[in-house]
Amino acid sequence: MNKPIALEMKNVSKYFGSLAANKNVDLTVYRGEILAILGENGCGKTTLMNMIAGIYYPDSGSVYVDGKEAVIHSPKDAFRHGIGMVHQHFKLVDIFTAAENIVLGIDDGKKYSINEVNHKVSEIADKYGFHIDPKKKIYDMSVSEKQTVEILKVLYRGADILILDEPSAVLTPQETDKLFDVLRRMREDGKSILIITHKLHEVLSISDRVAVLRKGEHIATVETATTTAPLLTEMMVGQKVELNINRPEPKNVRDRLEIVDISMKDADGVNVLDHVSFTARSGEILGIAGIAGSGQRELLEAIAGLKDLESGKIIFNRPKKNLPVSFYHKTYAEVVALANEGRFHYEDGTPVDFTGMSHSHICELVNSGKVLFNEDDVMDLRDKTPLQIRELGVRLSFVPEDRLGMGLVGNMDLVDNMMLRSYRKGHSLFVDRKKPSDLAKKIVDDLNVSTPSTHTPVRRLSGGNVQKVLVGREIAAAPTVLMAAYPVRGLDINSSYTIYDLLTEQKENGVAVIFVGEDLDVLVELCDRILVLCAGRVTAVLDGKTATKEEIGLYMTKTDFDNEEKESGTNEESQI
Amino acid sequence: MNPFLDYLLNAISLGMTFLLGCTGEILTEKVGHLNLGIPGIMSVGGACGCIALKLMYGSNIPPALILIISILASFVGGLLMGAIYSFLTVSLKANQNVTGLAMTTFGVGVTKFIMSEFSVKNAHQFLYALEYFRFPFAKNETALKYWGVMLYLAVIIALVTSFVLSRTRVGLHLRAVGENPAAADAVGINVTLYKYGSTCIGSGIAALGGLYYIMNYMGSAEAYKRIESLGWLAVALVIFSLWKPHLSIIASTLFGMLYIAGTRLPTLLGIKIDTSAIYLFQMLPYVVTIIVLIISSIRNKKENQPPASLGLPYFREER
Repeated sequence: MNKPIALEMKNVSKYFGSLAANKNVDLTVYRGEILAILGENGCGKTTLMNMIAGIYYPDSGSVYVDGKEAVIHSPKDAFRHGIGMVHQHFKLVDIFTAAENIVLGIDDGKKYSINEVNHKVSEIADKYGFHIDPKKKIYDMSVSEKQTVEILKVLYRGADILILDEPSAVLTPQETDKLFDVLRRMREDGKSILIITHKLHEVLSISDRVAVLRKGEHIATVETATTTAPLLTEMMVGQKVELNINRPEPKNVRDRLEIVDISMKDADGVNVLDHVSFTARSGEILGIAGIAGSGQRELLEAIAGLKDLESGKIIFNRPKKNLPVSFYHKTYAEVVALANEGRFHYEDGTPVDFTGMSHSHICELVNSGKVLFNEDDVMDLRDKTPLQIRELGVRLSFVPEDRLGMGLVGNMDLVDNMMLRSYRKGHSLFVDRKKPSDLAKKIVDDLNVSTPSTHTPVRRLSGGNVQKVLVGREIAAAPTVLMAAYPVRGLDINSSYTIYDLLTEQKENGVAVIFVGEDLDVLVELCDRILVLCAGRVTAVLDGKTATKEEIGLYMTKTDFDNEEKESGTNEESQI
Repeated sequence: MNPFLDYLLNAISLGMTFLLGCTGEILTEKVGHLNLGIPGIMSVGGACGCIALKLMYGSNIPPALILIISILASFVGGLLMGAIYSFLTVSLKANQNVTGLAMTTFGVGVTKFIMSEFSVKNAHQFLYALEYFRFPFAKNETALKYWGVMLYLAVIIALVTSFVLSRTRVGLHLRAVGENPAAADAVGINVTLYKYGSTCIGSGIAALGGLYYIMNYMGSAEAYKRIESLGWLAVALVIFSLWKPHLSIIASTLFGMLYIAGTRLPTLLGIKIDTSAIYLFQMLPYVVTIIVLIISSIRNKKENQPPASLGLPYFREER
């Protein structure tokens, strides 16, 4: 390529604690090109770009702009070198106009006149084909308009190197096409554009070259024209890593949770869940794979009763055959009473006669699996609050991704956090601290939580220990459905295996486990089935034993939903 | 003089106490800090001005300079109170409500201590400056005599603040800090500097309200005792005037009218009411503030809402 070099990164590394976000990355950007930065979640794409934009400072290595070494300590430094970044989360002042946001922070010594700014903004917008009213307030704008303002903000400062962090994540396909037209026009104008993305078809359609990152390392930079989607996927996901996670065969698999055609919109009116249907089964781990923000969080929160749905049903099948745990706290008399109601029957339908049997005999019979228990068991959990769900007798455990935000209260100690789940138990005026205290102790012992005592505020524990406390508490509630979102995020290897074993143990106990993960190696080794989400839609349900990382990777980035593929996805589901 | 005109003139001059406090508080709130220390800061401002006057008593400093020095002393007193508040809430990120209330308790207490020392026995030591403050209407026997130097100053400060906030780059940056400090930080605005600057200057302006009330409006040694209750009205006035300093000029007059309605309206209307009912009338400014809050919340116009990050400490994202 004969174009002049605009920016060069040489041997750049960045560490967060002991974790390498970027390791010895070399990257070259030419003038007048669109370079795509491709990689999975957490591969260091954004960190790398943040180092150019002045958010982070590299631990080692150097950055050259136009051949000269550049020291970029702050976004202001970056602007001085003509570098501007459009972040995924917009940083705009809602009650300001577009022009006010664009001029914010610029002090060129000239007299401040908003009319002049309006004029100049329109000029730049016209040059590149944006459509924007500089006097429009941000709160009146659509997501795509807000993005335009962010891009104009960068252009107004005279940036020649633009970094866009997943610009299409918030846009409709039409808006994305428009944006890409604008980007092409900027390229013709001689600007260098770095676009962070994990959507393969976008990479192929817009970029000149692709730099692939994996686990913080730069794998290769290739010409887009000479590559294909499968080749890129392979570079992105890398070789399969053997983790040797124990995966016993699912036993007594039953449909437990049926998600039927649910849809949800976020505050901006974007579809975060788009006609999602699937079934979670007891005795199985259902993995959910997807790029971050594909609707995983919303899906789990919808099931847990925290978010309202646009449409669809969440059907819960309460165990037909009783589970051993649910009868341990029933007395003999209660069981007999249930039997007298004719609630127990053999598999062929004849009722069970318990007369004259001992307690242990009954339990043995009930737990043998030969006896079925009739209950009014199909219920719709949609539009129910978490409390209502619990009152229905549905034992749903939820390990949210936001551990200290939604899972635990950071300032409270372990015991108090245990009580968050049992605060309604007991009828006396005073809360019972004995049981939560015992539970906390048990979790600390069983899961090797390193904490000074059970009365230490949770926020003082390390991430892994916080996670163990949370998972331990949720499992102690003897769930029938256990949902865990990124339960091993930020954990070391040993803690991760502890969590995997816990999930597998729950699966063997007949719990329907839903595991949202980001590491594809873990997903293919831990899960019995893997559901792939992409932009709020189910693109595939794969068998965990046969699925490959490449396959999952392709489905994760699939945005062209034609009917054929959707059908093949459902077919696979029915085969399993 | 027409009794209604007299009422209006008096209301305007009382309203300027609120106006100074309100302008200061608007500056503070516009950078996202709710300073409930305004009553304390106004009290301290009054005390500082009076101390300066006392020190200058008997010296041959020209009257104009006496005036300027005492106003500056009052301003600096407020500035220091603002600095304490900013250090706690901006640098240490302490809870703003608690810090503000502590500043009020502290400020009012300190003022009572200082003023009780010399206001009763040596009132003449600072009240001698009364005629300079009430210039140019000092000899006038109508309500106009309260229209002194600081009244004009209050209006000018409010207008200048309004201009700075809406028309200048500094104002734009300042508002951005109060609305979305992360966005301001991202474009290189020094958030901490703006927060400190605006909060301290705001406190300084509010402090002038205390001096104004003692020296310009009341002209009494005992006036400092009532500053606290007026300070709360200044805070309410911020909400009433929808965070707009130019609106607060008119709104402060209305507050003044409502505040003294208990003593003025009966004579105006020729009716007789029980003296205890005065206190009911003094409640009126708060009632209208609540009404304004209800109306502006129902209308939900974005421009009339408090700054978006009001009361929230700003933590820069992990770098």
